[in-house]
Amino acid sequence: MVSDKVTLAHGAGGKMSQELMEEVILPAYGNPLLEEMHDGAQVQMNGQVAFTTDSYVVQPLFFAGGNIGKLAVCGTVNDLAMTGAIPRYISAGLIIEEGFPVKDLKEILATMRQMADEAGIYIVTGDTKVVEKGKADGIFINTAGIGDVIHGTHISPKNVKPGMKVILSGYIGDHAAAILAGRHGLTLPDTVKTDCAPLCHMTKAMLEAAPDIAVLRDPTRGGVAAVLNEIAVASDCGLLIDEEALPIHEEVQGVCDILGFDPLYLANEGKCVAFVPADEAQGVLSVMQANKYGRDARIIGEVTETAKGQVGLRTAIGGIRVVDMPLGNLVPRIC
Amino acid sequence: MDKKEERELAQRLVAEITALAETTGRKLRFMEVCGTHTVAIFRAGIRQLLPANVELVSGPGCPVCVTPDDYMDKAIAYAQHPEVIITTFGDMLKVPGTKSSLSEAKTNGADIRIVYSPLDSIQIAKDNPDKKVVFLAVGFETTAPTAAATVLAAEQQGVKNLFMLSAQKLVPPVMEALLSDEQVHVDGFILPGHVSVVTGTGIYEPIVQNYHVPGVVTGFEPLQILRALYRLVKQVAKGEAKVENEYEDVVRPEGNPVSQRITDTVYEAADTGWRGMGIVPLSGLRMRAEYAAFDIEQVMPLPAGELPPAKKTACRCGEVLRGIVTPQDCPLFGKACVPTHAIGPCMVSVEGVCAAWFKYGQGRFEYGK
Repeated sequence: MVSDKVTLAHGAGGKMSQELMEEVILPAYGNPLLEEMHDGAQVQMNGQVAFTTDSYVVQPLFFAGGNIGKLAVCGTVNDLAMTGAIPRYISAGLIIEEGFPVKDLKEILATMRQMADEAGIYIVTGDTKVVEKGKADGIFINTAGIGDVIHGTHISPKNVKPGMKVILSGYIGDHAAAILAGRHGLTLPDTVKTDCAPLCHMTKAMLEAAPDIAVLRDPTRGGVAAVLNEIAVASDCGLLIDEEALPIHEEVQGVCDILGFDPLYLANEGKCVAFVPADEAQGVLSVMQANKYGRDARIIGEVTETAKGQVGLRTAIGGIRVVDMPLGNLVPRIC
Repeated sequence: MDKKEERELAQRLVAEITALAETTGRKLRFMEVCGTHTVAIFRAGIRQLLPANVELVSGPGCPVCVTPDDYMDKAIAYAQHPEVIITTFGDMLKVPGTKSSLSEAKTNGADIRIVYSPLDSIQIAKDNPDKKVVFLAVGFETTAPTAAATVLAAEQQGVKNLFMLSAQKLVPPVMEALLSDEQVHVDGFILPGHVSVVTGTGIYEPIVQNYHVPGVVTGFEPLQILRALYRLVKQVAKGEAKVENEYEDVVRPEGNPVSQRITDTVYEAADTGWRGMGIVPLSGLRMRAEYAAFDIEQVMPLPAGELPPAKKTACRCGEVLRGIVTPQDCPLFGKACVPTHAIGPCMVSVEGVCAAWFKYGQGRFEYGK
């Protein structure tokens, strides 16, 4: 029987590793492909494949509305979704610090399973390493994923053209605010929690409604500001965003005011920014609003011919200013 | 008020400012003398809303920016003494002195600690009885009371190893210096909200009357700033010059007498150096003789050879701070001097004029109005 703490022996590849695998990991992830227990999984794909990877080092590991496991699955699922793919399979590499509570590990793995189920994917392969106390911070997770690219879509910043509408799927800054509040000991109402969620069903519906969507991006680190700046530069177009249209929870704005942040620069883990041809914008918006993760979707601005490579903001009082690329590390270890 | 009402009100105010400014038949120039106002004006995009004949310029309102090289040189010199621990607000770290910065000194092993309140220095002094803890007391009337309160608390608690390296500055004398400067042209002042909470509005009366230049105290919301501008334009149009208060919920005519008393107990007015302006008479605070034991410059004067000689630089912060040139007139702005590699203090500080111009895209955005 596995003890209540993870030990170095659990990562050594012997009997203890097997016990951890059989008693903790397999029951959590359990699916036929993983249960083969080969060195790797063999899977069937349909055609063009999207492939991505990401590592998760968030601190604290548990925060309002989620934990590191939720981020690890949703993050990779969303990265695949943003390339215009339907996520299929992911891997999970765990780097655990010696002494980590098995109870916490079980909770993290259960959340990963839950998110995988919701996204409609399997965790088909993985790895577990344990390092000495002080050499990691609780647990780090790496996930990689593959997905089938939806036929007929061609997502690329090069396809962004003047006149296109910029759609944002909902309230911004919730994830970073939840993490920051956790870290600074601020008490927030229940409404402020991570927005972490798998967006693949919503993006699939969006692409089916409008295969001409030029770009889908999830505004994680660097927030909406970073995504908009990257697209403005990559497409060589200007962007003009309306501050009045930006959905920001009052409490998130409050956290920002206290800690000196701007919600536009805060990380999100369950949001998507879409660049859509103007005549298809309303259709895409309705599809998004019909999904629980896009209920508050709205058009926040448009692509312009002037101010190439720059992002402008029409301020609440009607002025204009630039929204710059975030400079450095605003909030470290946010995901 | 919802966002729509806010925008409509802003539009109405801009329309009235435009109409009133038109009646004056000339170009009007208003100056804010508070770094928080500078940032608020850029964040809200207020400059772009105003008619061509109403210009906003930033004055010496950012405490980090107005602190001259020689003060930074002194701080760095003290930091290099092994028995000294420097405590400071974080934004002073990267401010350049003549040859280096505190940040560089820290990398080279100096003990420099960031504090959120000067009062934190007392605990550091208690924890390190064999060291001299030196707090870098910079700022305007807003920070002087807490620096003074720290000295009083240290005295009361018998802490003998806490000292101030003082460069506290006062707003009204520097406004007067600007108005006496022939290169500077200002038709009115947006007066600082936070400073006025402490000082009250009365202290601006003599300047406003002597120089016949209106001033309006206001807060930091976009509409408060627009209302202040409306009042300024209105005064100019009517040929008036008085102090008005657009921040009445927070600022009282007499200010905060308790804070004033604490400052007065420890400090007295003295001639002080400002970046780009030289020595301005009675524009700063020095510690009174009774508190000389807390003044590091009196307790442990630096030998003359320890400070580097002044250097020449292409940085035009000095003129930017007086509103004589805009950051774009500086050959370094946006090229050699950017927020990630700042050369001048106005780019280093988040409240600096150059940093605000750069971040919010003043002068490099093509959308126009």
